Amino acid sequence: MSGTFVGMPAFPAAAHEAVRNPTLRGNLRHATHTIRAKRAKAVAELADWAELREAGRRIKDHTLRHLDRYLVQLEEAVTAAGGTVHWAADADEANRIVAGLVKATGETEVVKVKSMATQEIGLNEALLEEGIHAYETDLAELIVQLGDDRPSHILVPAIHRNRGEIREIFTREMREWGRPAPEGLTDTPAELAEAARLHLREKFLRAKVGISGANFMVAETGTLVVVESEGNGRMCLTLPETLISVVGIEKVVPTWRDLEVFLQTLPRSSTAERMNPYTSMWTGTTDAETADGPRVFHLVLLDNGRTDTLADDVGRQALRCIRCSACLNVCPVYERAGGHAYGSVYPGPIGAILSPQLRGTASEIDASLPYASSLCGACYEVCPVAIDIPEVLVHLRERVVQGGPVTREGNKAVLKPAKGHAAERAAMRAALWALTRPGALRTGQRLVSRTRRFHPRTLPGPGRAWSDSRDLPPVPAEPFRDWWRRTNGGRDTK
Amino acid sequence: MRVALFLTCVNDTLYPDTGRAMVKLLTRLGVEVDFPMAQTCCGQAHYNTGYRHEAEPLARHFSDVFGEYEAIVTPSGSCGAMVRELYPRMGERARAEGRGGSLATAVASVVPKTYELTEFLVDVLDVTDVGAYYPHRVTYHPTCHGLRGLGLGDRPRRLLEAVRGLELAELPGAEECCGFGGTFALKNPDVSAAMGTDKVRNAESTGAEVLCAADNSCLMHIGGTMARLRTGMRPVHIAEILASTEEEPAS
Repeated sequence: MSGTFVGMPAFPAAAHEAVRNPTLRGNLRHATHTIRAKRAKAVAELADWAELREAGRRIKDHTLRHLDRYLVQLEEAVTAAGGTVHWAADADEANRIVAGLVKATGETEVVKVKSMATQEIGLNEALLEEGIHAYETDLAELIVQLGDDRPSHILVPAIHRNRGEIREIFTREMREWGRPAPEGLTDTPAELAEAARLHLREKFLRAKVGISGANFMVAETGTLVVVESEGNGRMCLTLPETLISVVGIEKVVPTWRDLEVFLQTLPRSSTAERMNPYTSMWTGTTDAETADGPRVFHLVLLDNGRTDTLADDVGRQALRCIRCSACLNVCPVYERAGGHAYGSVYPGPIGAILSPQLRGTASEIDASLPYASSLCGACYEVCPVAIDIPEVLVHLRERVVQGGPVTREGNKAVLKPAKGHAAERAAMRAALWALTRPGALRTGQRLVSRTRRFHPRTLPGPGRAWSDSRDLPPVPAEPFRDWWRRTNGGRDTK
Repeated sequence: MRVALFLTCVNDTLYPDTGRAMVKLLTRLGVEVDFPMAQTCCGQAHYNTGYRHEAEPLARHFSDVFGEYEAIVTPSGSCGAMVRELYPRMGERARAEGRGGSLATAVASVVPKTYELTEFLVDVLDVTDVGAYYPHRVTYHPTCHGLRGLGLGDRPRRLLEAVRGLELAELPGAEECCGFGGTFALKNPDVSAAMGTDKVRNAESTGAEVLCAADNSCLMHIGGTMARLRTGMRPVHIAEILASTEEEPAS
């Protein structure tokens, strides 16, 4: 998928490092707890939240069911408004299309905003190979880019950084990329924001090509929508002469009216605001010299595993995601492991179900992601489009350990069970054998009870993970069922 | 009223005290308790680890063993949620995969009458004061599957608040997972341990002697962490608190 995350270890190994990094743990804990509490308050303000959530789920499900029809409608509307639509089956094709479009303008610099889709496909790296420099203009993305880092959160890609680290990155790196950071820059938020503003303003005014993503695409009018907090997106969308939007095909909604639901649920779920500060909408091109907006508009519709995901009747609900990040902020696993451990631009619970579907479960990291959850259900509870993330996690676990039917690149295939689960599978089958035979279970229980004096304090093999950090419970002298039989359910003796 | 006690394999093997407390409590409240000897396991570990097909015979076995009873009561929010929430889903999947509706029919005989203990007390028996006495400072951890799977709400708290002598201390971050998560504790030991440690530190900050929950699996993880961190706190299942009386106090 993306060159950015190649070579990631499996989730438990990646998390092992993060759990032991006190700065990271502190940054994440502070940020997620703050936003978690604010979100709960913002959601509680709406008496009809449950209805909005259900409406969002229905709109998305309906659209996904008729995705072919709505995408064609979208293409017609965008074309009629003066834009050009391109279809990209995978990352390579999308990168090729965008690079070609930029080269055709003769430019070697582009400004970018709000696009996880381009992170997903590794567009910046692909453009650089063609001699084109892409400048991220979303504040958090800028911090990530200057720090030669990777995003770790859907909404706040630099959530793992604190103010001191950001000041250090700005002071060190800004001069390499354009306007340097002001002398004597401190770590106050206002000064950091001003440094970013001055640095970015230069880019905005010079750039002839802008690249964006979109939160929504309206099929009936061909309108694209970006919601953001800083206004940098609007600069990217209106100042350059050529605008290229790279958007996943699942972002389409049928009508303008459907936005009413999502423009309420998205900001409250993500930034805990009643309404986000900037909502920018653009339809096709502007031809008048005096009007704001691009003269040339290209829409690259990205599949990259999405129709394969759509073919899975349990997993397809992941495509309802509106990238609000509420599931990340409430997830106890994300809070400890950090976003990088998920090995994708989509971290947290949604990443754990999206990445193994978009990319398949062949790699070590993708096969480990469905297990990166305690199935506590907090993510499902907060999801504004009611994605049952625990259900999909368990479904994908089944795919990993048992194999089964999948769709890859549009073709039906039968997946073999992943390697490394043979011992677990044998243990599960042995347990099943005993558990369907009450007599065998009883014999096993008695054996455990009678040998309890000889039990080790620590466990061998996979059990060591347990006894390394926790004491084992003492084994009772007799299992309950023996007590029940001996005392006739407690009626004979005490 | 005659009910079947579904104790769960974990409690049967490792926490028989919880089972004895259930029998004592329910008998005191005038309920006739039966323990069907053929019961084994609900299949949750299999299902949640990805072995859905292996969990199916266990769901069938459960339905055979418990189908005839008026009500089934379990001291585990997690195993209760497995039956109530996931058995119907398993039945539907089996049907969708062309394996017929027999599993769906079998589980339909147990799903609506399976209750977690606190639900059974509050909703079916309609009691919140069970006549218990437990003179300790207690903090309550609502386990994830009880809280979000079954929607137990404030039932356990209402029961605890009615216990004489019991002082209930608010647990900071109560609704956060303790990090057990079944095989999660083995597959992601570092994250699991970090979550457990935070849960225990929060519990410690309440000054309570006892952390109470309605699920021994979570209590095993929390208790094991408490012992390792030498907190001096004890994990206790809610059934044991509710069974405790002035005449026969629990330790």
